[in-house]
Amino acid sequence: MVYDAGHYDTIVIGAGHAGVEAGLAAARMGAKTLMLTLNLDMIAFMPCNPSIGGPAKGIVVREIDALGGEMAKTIDKAYIQMRMLNTGKGPAVQALRAQADKPVYIKEMKQILESQDNLTLRQGMVDRLIIEDGICKGVITETGAAYHSETVIITTGTFMRGKVLMGDLEYESGPNNQRPSIKLSENLEELGIELVRFKTGTPPRVNSKTIDYSKTEIQPGDDKPQGFSYETTEYILDQIPCWLTYTNEFTHQIINDNLGLSAMYSGAKRGTGPRYCPSIEDKIVRFHDKPRHQIFLEPEGRDTEEVYVQGLSTSLPESVQHEIIHSVPGLENAEMMRPGYAIEYDAIVPTQLWPTLELKQIPGLFTAGQINGTSGYEEAAAQGIMAGINAAAKVLGKDPVILDRSQAYIGVLIDDLVTKGTKEPYRLLTSRAEYRLLLRHDNADLRLTEIGYQLGLISEERYQQFETKKQMVQDEKDRLRTITIKPTPDVQEMLNKANATPLKEAIKAYDLLKRPELTYELISEVIDSAEALPADVKEQVEIQIKYEGYIKKANEQVDRMKKMEDKKIPDDIDYDAIGGIATEAKEKLKTVRPLSVGQASRISGVNPADISILLVYIEHGKIAKIAN
Amino acid sequence: MFETDTIAAISTPIGEGAISIVRLSGSEAVDIITNIFQGKDLKEVESHTIHYGKIIDPETNEVAEEVMVTIMRAPKTFTREDVVEINCHGGLVSVNRVLEIALHEGARLAEPGEFTKRAFLNGRIDLSQAEAVMDLIRAKTDKAMNIALKQMDGRLSSLIKKYRQSLLETVAHVEVNIDYPEYDDVEEMSHEMMRKKTREVHAEIEELLSVAKQGKILREGIATAIIGRPNVGKSSLLNALVQENKAIVTDIPGTTRDIIEEYVNVRGIPLRLVDTAGIRETEDIVERIGVERSRQALKEADLILFVLNNNEKLTEEDIRLFEAVRGLEFIVIINKTDLEQKLDMEQVLELVGDKKIVSTSLLNEEGINELEAAIADSFFSGDIDSGDLTYVSNVRHIQLLKQAKKALEDAMDSLEMGMPLDIVQIDVTRTWEFLGEIIGDTASDSLIDQLFSQFCLGK
Repeated sequence: MVYDAGHYDTIVIGAGHAGVEAGLAAARMGAKTLMLTLNLDMIAFMPCNPSIGGPAKGIVVREIDALGGEMAKTIDKAYIQMRMLNTGKGPAVQALRAQADKPVYIKEMKQILESQDNLTLRQGMVDRLIIEDGICKGVITETGAAYHSETVIITTGTFMRGKVLMGDLEYESGPNNQRPSIKLSENLEELGIELVRFKTGTPPRVNSKTIDYSKTEIQPGDDKPQGFSYETTEYILDQIPCWLTYTNEFTHQIINDNLGLSAMYSGAKRGTGPRYCPSIEDKIVRFHDKPRHQIFLEPEGRDTEEVYVQGLSTSLPESVQHEIIHSVPGLENAEMMRPGYAIEYDAIVPTQLWPTLELKQIPGLFTAGQINGTSGYEEAAAQGIMAGINAAAKVLGKDPVILDRSQAYIGVLIDDLVTKGTKEPYRLLTSRAEYRLLLRHDNADLRLTEIGYQLGLISEERYQQFETKKQMVQDEKDRLRTITIKPTPDVQEMLNKANATPLKEAIKAYDLLKRPELTYELISEVIDSAEALPADVKEQVEIQIKYEGYIKKANEQVDRMKKMEDKKIPDDIDYDAIGGIATEAKEKLKTVRPLSVGQASRISGVNPADISILLVYIEHGKIAKIAN
Repeated sequence: MFETDTIAAISTPIGEGAISIVRLSGSEAVDIITNIFQGKDLKEVESHTIHYGKIIDPETNEVAEEVMVTIMRAPKTFTREDVVEINCHGGLVSVNRVLEIALHEGARLAEPGEFTKRAFLNGRIDLSQAEAVMDLIRAKTDKAMNIALKQMDGRLSSLIKKYRQSLLETVAHVEVNIDYPEYDDVEEMSHEMMRKKTREVHAEIEELLSVAKQGKILREGIATAIIGRPNVGKSSLLNALVQENKAIVTDIPGTTRDIIEEYVNVRGIPLRLVDTAGIRETEDIVERIGVERSRQALKEADLILFVLNNNEKLTEEDIRLFEAVRGLEFIVIINKTDLEQKLDMEQVLELVGDKKIVSTSLLNEEGINELEAAIADSFFSGDIDSGDLTYVSNVRHIQLLKQAKKALEDAMDSLEMGMPLDIVQIDVTRTWEFLGEIIGDTASDSLIDQLFSQFCLGK
C-alpha cells in the first residue's frame, strides 16, 4: 500500500560514512533533506577495522574537515589512541591515524544528525526509485512510503544483494548480520545501471580478558595527540594501546590444510576482492615463503572487551578460525566473540558517473561510497560530502563542485573512479596522487577552506581564523626574507649543534631555513623573535620555505595539466562522427564522456594521437559555429 | 602539451637535396635561435628576412654548422606563431646536430603533424581542410608508432625495460614504507640504498646515451665496414652504394683530418662507411691489404658487409675473416654471380649460420636492391621507406633519455641535500615515466601492481 510520505529536496539512502556526510552537507547548504537508514542504531557504524585515517586516508579526513564535513570532528571526540604516522619522512606523506571507540563514534554522529536543522532521520528500507521522464524523483520504501524529491543519493555500502560467506555457509545479509538490500539492486538493474560483484572481508574479534598480552609487543599512541579537525582544541590524553603479535608455521599449516574449506578457495566463482586487503588465506597462498605475518590486536572501544584481530581477515569455517586464533602467540586461550567472514555485494560501475557523482543515465540520482566500488570509511565519507554538495547545488541552482587532482586526494579518488573505473574495491594510496607534495595533511585547510566557506559549510568564525592564519604565514615568510644572519659565534654554534656546515658569509634567514637539517625553531634561537606564533603557523612557514623548489616544480606541472582541463568537450559531441579516432578509444570516450580534454587523456586506451584529433575536432566545431 | 610551447623538427627529407631545414614554431622560437646563433642579433631583424651565420653549441662553444636563418614573425606564418627556419647543409650530421641543440635550448620535438595541427588550431587553415589535418595526424602517428614498435624488439627496449623494473622496485619500496609504515617485513629504504640505486641506473643511462645503437645512428650513422679479400669487389660495392644513394662526403669535426668518411642513406637508414679511403687506396696494392686491415675496420663497425667471390673457392683468409666477424652483425655478399660458380655454397652456408646472404653481380648492377633490403632489415627487422620518421623517432628517444637522466640527477641532488626519500622519489618516478615513454609504456597502474605483487600487505 503506497502512500505519499512527503516532499524533500534531497533524499539520502543509507547512514554510513558516505550517507552521514552527504546528508549533513545537503542540509547545511539549505536543502530540505531526508535520510533513510535500515537501522538507526547503526549510524556511521564501522563494520570492519576500528580505525580512521592513515597514509592518504588521514589527509582525506582533513580535507573533509576543511570542506565542512563531520568525520574529523567526530573521531576527535571518539578516539582511544592517536598517532602521527611517517614522522621520519617528508611533510607530504605524514598522516594521522586514530583508533576509534566504535560505540562512541556512533553515539556522537547520531547526535550531530539529530540536532541538524533541515535534516529528517528515519528508519526504512528503500525498495525502488521513483523515475519520471527518465529523471529520479524520489523513493518508495518497503512499507509503502513514497517520498518525493529533486535529488536522491544512494549510499548503501555493501548492503546491495549482500551475501555473507564463511566456509560452506552462505546467507543473504548486510555486514554484521543486518538485513541486506535486495530489491533496490534489482531496481537499478532494471533501470539499465551496470553492476559488478565485489567482495571484502573482516577478521574475527576476540575477548580482551582472554589475551595474554605479555607475549605481544605494545603499540602505544603519541605522547601528544593531535586532532584531525582544524577546530579541535581539546585532546583525549587517556589513550589505550594496541598490541602486535605474529602468525607462525603452525598457523600457516592449519590454513594450508583447510584451504579447500575457505569460501574464497572452494572453487566457486566469486566477486573480486581487493589486493590490498587480502584474507589470511590469500597471504599464505600468494606469499608462501614468508615465515610469519603481522597481527595487530586493536581494541574496539573503551567500554568493550572486543578486540579486532587485524591481519586475520578470513572466510574459513568457524571451527578452523578457532584453531588459527589459538596458534598465535598471546591468543592461545583467546575466546572468539565474533567470527570473521567474507561479504559479496553489488557495486555500480563507476564510469557511469559524472565527476559530480550523478549518474549520467538518470539525472537527479547520485551514488557515493562503497556502492561506487571503493573501500574504506574515509573514501566513503569523501564521496558522501561531494555527492551531498552536488545534489544540493543542483536543487538550489548552484554550480557543481568538482575538485581536481591537484586540489585534493578527494579529487584524485573521484577522478580515478569516474575516468578509469576500478576492477577491484578501490583504496586510496599516496602513490595514486601525482601531486602529493601539494596534497599534504598540513595544508588541507589552505587548499579547501575557501570552497567550504563559499558553500556555507564553514562558519564565519572559523573562516576568520583561517584568514588570520594565512596572513600570519605570509607575514612571517616576508619577515624571514628581510632578516640577515651573520656568521657570529652564536650562529655557528647553533649550526654545529644541528650537524650543519658553518656559515661562510651572511645569509637571509629565509634561505638558511631551506637547509634540510635546520628547523624554524633552531633558526628562531638566533634571530629576533616574532610575536609568539601558533605551532601550525610555524609548521606552515617551515614547510613552505624548505620545500619551495619542489612545490614550485609541482605547481608548474599542475599548470600544464590545467591547460588541458580548461579545454572543455561540448556536451553534444558525437564521437562516431570523428573519423580519425581509434575504435577502442571511441568506445571508451562514449562510455566515460569526459568533460575536458584533460580528463579524456587519462582514460586508458585513449592515446595522444586520439587526443590531438579530438582537439582539432572540437576546434573545428567552434569554427563551424562562428561560420554559421 | 599544446599550443604554447615551442616545437622543432627537421622539415626536409633526410639525405636528399642540398639543404636540410630545421623549423621552429612558437613564442620562444626567436629566443632559442638567438641563444645559439652567431651573427646578427636576430631579435632585431625584420620579419621575413634571411641571415647568414653560425650555430654554436652552447655546451662546447664550438661551431656546429654554417647556416642561413629565416625569421618569420607571427601572425603571417604557416602556423601563425613565430617561425624560424634554419637552413643547414644537406645530409644527416649537421641538421641533426642543429636540431639537438635547439631541443637542448628548450624546444620540444614536434609530434607527428603538429605544425599542420597548429596552423589549423590558429585558424590558418580553413574549415574544409580539418578532415585532412586529422587524417594527417593519424597517418603520421601510425607510421611513427609502427617504427616505435619495431624498435621495441631491439636491445634498447630490453635495456630500458630492465632499468625501469629496477626503478619501479625501488619506488615501490619507498611507497610501501609510506603507505604501510608499520609493515615490518621490509627494511626501511635508506638514503644509502637509494643513492646506490640511482647511481647505478644513472651510469647505465649515460652508457646508453653514449653507445646505444639508435643514438649512434642518429649522430653518426651506422658504422659500416666492407671487408673481404682483395679483388672480391669491395670497391665496386662501395661505388654502387654511393652512386645509388648520392653519398654525402663530410669532414667530421673531431676526427683525424685526413680520414674521410662517407655517408649513404639506405632506405632511410644512414650508413657511415668506415675506412673507405683504405678500400680505395689499397685495392691495387695487394701486399698491404687483407685480413689485418679489415680487422682494424671491424673494431668500430656496427654492421659488416662481407664480400666473397662466387668465382673462387673459399681460401684460408676467408675462413679467418669468418672467424673475425663471429658474434658481430654481418651480411655476406656473394659477388660476381655473372661468373662461373666455384664457391662451395654448403660450406658457406655453414659458416654464415643465421646471418643473411645476398648474391650480387656488381658489374651488372644486379642484387643491389636485395642488399639494401637486407641492410634495412637488419636494423629494424623490416623495410622502412625513406622519410623523416625513422629519424625523428630516434631524436625522440635521445631526448627522452636525456630527460630521464636529468630527472635522475635532480633526485641525486635531493639525496645529497638530505631531503626525505618521499621527495627524492618524485624525481625517480619521473625518470621511470620518461623511460616508459621511449618504449610506449605509460600505464600508471604498474606501480600499484608492483606494490601488491612485491609485498604482502593488508589488514
